[in-house]
Amino acid sequence: MTGQMTGKTLAPPPHTEPTVFTRDQLDWLPWIEPLTEAELTPRHRESLVDAARAKSDYFRLLARDPDILESRTRTDKDIFYNPQAGAPRADRELAAAATSRLNGCIYCASVHARHAAVYSKREADVQKLLDEGVSADLDPRWNAIVAASVALTSIPLDFGPEHIDRLRAAGLDDLAIVDVINAASFFNWANRLMLSLGEPAVQKATP
Amino acid sequence: MTDIIDKLAGIAPGSALDRARDNRPEARKHAQTSYDVLFSPRDFGGFPLVERCAVAAFVAALHGQPETHDFYKQKLADAGAAPELAVAIASEAMEAHTHGPYGHYPAGPLTIEDHSGLNYAVAPTPRRMMGDRLAAALEHTHMLVFHPRDAAPPSLQALLDAGWSTTDIVTLSQLVSFLAFQIRVVAGLKVLNARPQ
Repeated sequence: MTGQMTGKTLAPPPHTEPTVFTRDQLDWLPWIEPLTEAELTPRHRESLVDAARAKSDYFRLLARDPDILESRTRTDKDIFYNPQAGAPRADRELAAAATSRLNGCIYCASVHARHAAVYSKREADVQKLLDEGVSADLDPRWNAIVAASVALTSIPLDFGPEHIDRLRAAGLDDLAIVDVINAASFFNWANRLMLSLGEPAVQKATP
Repeated sequence: MTDIIDKLAGIAPGSALDRARDNRPEARKHAQTSYDVLFSPRDFGGFPLVERCAVAAFVAALHGQPETHDFYKQKLADAGAAPELAVAIASEAMEAHTHGPYGHYPAGPLTIEDHSGLNYAVAPTPRRMMGDRLAAALEHTHMLVFHPRDAAPPSLQALLDAGWSTTDIVTLSQLVSFLAFQIRVVAGLKVLNARPQ
């Protein structure tokens, strides 16, 4: 025996669990101890990429391993925010939302459904995806993107040439198809962290 | 430095898909640096290379994609793992193989979408061979791979009880989740590469 103390998981404060997929802003409560803001070294802060993330429990928890956090974040930002060619932002956000819907990540789905709705201005279609799940009938282009995301998220993976053909038939070029592959694959990373290190909570109404 | 995604997806320098990947140069670069900092970190902390490779070989075997599976199996051997560990990882992956994602939702309307599936536990004989610490990691990994929405504090408590520090739990979670990404990018790009316009 090393005599080391075994840690205990955190007991989240009283909160309301979200029980449906939603576009509302949610909170996230960690199950293991994030670093405190006072504990953040310059390297930790650099790994957050955005200074404002020092306020987030999620990012201060991931900052415990700053090198992989920084690489994760820079991968994420280029896949979603780089405006150069490829798929419109709305399509990339849709792939993220569909992946999160299938994996069951209510938190990630809320963020990326919000983005998909803002960038596409198709609130009703995005809400239909949240309400009905990944079999929701949207339109040929979005159905193709959702089907590709589902095939890449299912395990065993089910992604084949028929998904490429369907994306091309819906008007996506190969740069856009690479974006869909990257976006759905990246949310298989993000969902697993969000789902397994803490839980979402409904935001308390501001008085 | 070899770009592992290119290598595993069979993307040749100067090919159409090589140029397409360059449209997202930071994503391409940092998908690779993610791999580098997980397997060749400046500091392994309490999570040594052999354990990282054992978890990676297990994740890759569970996904069943031949290129990534062979790559991480070889990486485990190259890390100097005992042959009996490599055998145990391979046979546990066969035992643990199933279809996902499945799992449960919080009480409410979404429970009509609940699907139960395998709750994998390492069997006693391989557990004695690999130790409680790695066995706990494999059990957690299986949940992350196939039914991440079943995650709850007891999953993390099991890791803490088996001797994992909070920081090493973060690294383990990143390792498994990164691989869930890398394996899918390779699989997707490989299909695209084989289907030129």
